[in-house]
Amino acid sequence: MPLIEIKNLTKKFDDFTAVDDLSLEINEGEIFGLLGPNGAGKTTTLSMLATLLPPTSGNAVINGFDVAKHPTQVRRSIGFVFQDPSSDDLLTGRENLYLHALMYGVKDSEIDKKIDEGLKLVDLTDKQNIRMRKYSGGMRRRLELARGFLHSPKILFLDEPTLGLDPQTRENLWEYIKRLSTENKITIILTTHYMEEADELCDRIAIIDHGKLVALDTPVNFKKSLGGDLVTIKTKKPDLPEIQKMDYVKHVQYKGDVLSLTVNDAGSHLQKILENVGEAENVELHSPTLQDVFLKLTGRQIREGSDEGEGGWMTRTMHSESR
Amino acid sequence: MLNINSELKGLYAIWYRELLVFMREPSRLIGAIIQPLLWLVIFGTGLGSIIEPGAVSGTNYQQFLFPGILVMTVLFGSLFFGLYIILDKRIDFLKEVLVAPLNKSTMFFGKALGGSTDGLLQIIILMILGAIFFGIHFSLLTIILTFVIIILLLIAVTSLGLAIGSIMESPEGFGLISSFVIFPLFFLSGALFPVTNLPTWLRVIVTINPVSYAVDALRSVILGITSYGLPLDFTVLIAFTVIMVMVGTWAFKRIKL
Repeated sequence: MPLIEIKNLTKKFDDFTAVDDLSLEINEGEIFGLLGPNGAGKTTTLSMLATLLPPTSGNAVINGFDVAKHPTQVRRSIGFVFQDPSSDDLLTGRENLYLHALMYGVKDSEIDKKIDEGLKLVDLTDKQNIRMRKYSGGMRRRLELARGFLHSPKILFLDEPTLGLDPQTRENLWEYIKRLSTENKITIILTTHYMEEADELCDRIAIIDHGKLVALDTPVNFKKSLGGDLVTIKTKKPDLPEIQKMDYVKHVQYKGDVLSLTVNDAGSHLQKILENVGEAENVELHSPTLQDVFLKLTGRQIREGSDEGEGGWMTRTMHSESR
Repeated sequence: MLNINSELKGLYAIWYRELLVFMREPSRLIGAIIQPLLWLVIFGTGLGSIIEPGAVSGTNYQQFLFPGILVMTVLFGSLFFGLYIILDKRIDFLKEVLVAPLNKSTMFFGKALGGSTDGLLQIIILMILGAIFFGIHFSLLTIILTFVIIILLLIAVTSLGLAIGSIMESPEGFGLISSFVIFPLFFLSGALFPVTNLPTWLRVIVTINPVSYAVDALRSVILGITSYGLPLDFTVLIAFTVIMVMVGTWAFKRIKL
């Protein structure tokens, strides 16, 4: 039985339908991503799951409890890391955690231990007695992550966990989220409009647009659905017939000095291909990203001014680290 | 399924948070003390200079004003406390409380008690200053009764402020509504003048204003002057507090994020 069952969940605000007939099942231990542009209905969905908003119709069962009928039991099963700052500036990190522990029913005898563990998990032990006003954006997020997990919920909701953080801090936070997931076997549901984030963290992704579920799959399958990686090789004398014989090469084009190939799983077959292209001057591998998936499914970019490279293709040259 | 122990811990946490925040911002406390002192010193001296000593119910005007100023401090400080709910709504701090596995009434009481504690600290300071500089005599009984009256009024007005804060969405809207509420409650309470010789229309309005009974109760306890008598004062005050708590809880449960 899935840990979370969402059935025909709908939320209307006057004439505007924020969440439209959404049905999903989420299993224990998953990191599940809700991916979509701003205003797609992701936060509204999480708010309904967390009993902060009553659904207009449909229902959701979390950890065996219906969100409409047993809100308190649902709230006991979940932790929530909100999109906007939700900790108190005037209090220290440790005080914020302490108040959370009291409100969320952590046993008195375990409070100190849990707080110490939480601080250690997000590497804030040495900053615990500093007022949060002096925390950086990344530190604040880390503390709120530890806080969301402090009362050992079965399910943790992360609403845009890295929104507004710089790329380095973002990657750093991903490590903490992964650590939380692997060390504690907790189920995580996160919303994001960052493609790399969904790709990096999620076991499965639901793409949501205009409140509707557009597609649901694993990041790998999503990218496979686009038909493979693009390999561009600058070379004078490629052995075209030999390359065309390879069954993992889907498409071959040779123009000027540039050989363009569409290849299934280019990473493992590149060696073989390179043996047949003669002297290569330059090799580039483009992996399709979720950005391309999103573009293909919805016909538009996830947001204006994407910082993920031109045309939705993320370019990585051969010598850079490959995932 | 109500778990009393965890509700009490939650109540304590919400109250403790308000207290910690209040103590960390000394400007809040200082600001809250200075305004009533200015009233006592400047308004009290100014108006007192044209009033014959003993003309207002046999005391000097400054002493007569003192209970009224305590009520004013409660009114303005505690109603304003509701503004923090709007500010908490703007960031996600309120959600952190609302997602907690606690009863909504517990959350509301925690907030109301937190705000009331802040107000009580201000009142204690004013009482000490009143005893030292304005010749107010406090016996143990006076202190206890003053506390009871003030605490009832604090809970009532904080609840009213939280109710307005729960319903309103912007600080500007809060400011507008609360001035509509607070100025009539204050000016029509007899805090600044005796209610005995008023024209009928004004006396009627003052009589329906529940805050008048808090002023009268305090004046009765501190100065021994009363218009309505303590039993009636307490009856009205308790009823006012109960109703305000009910209104506040009702509004808080319907809070929109």
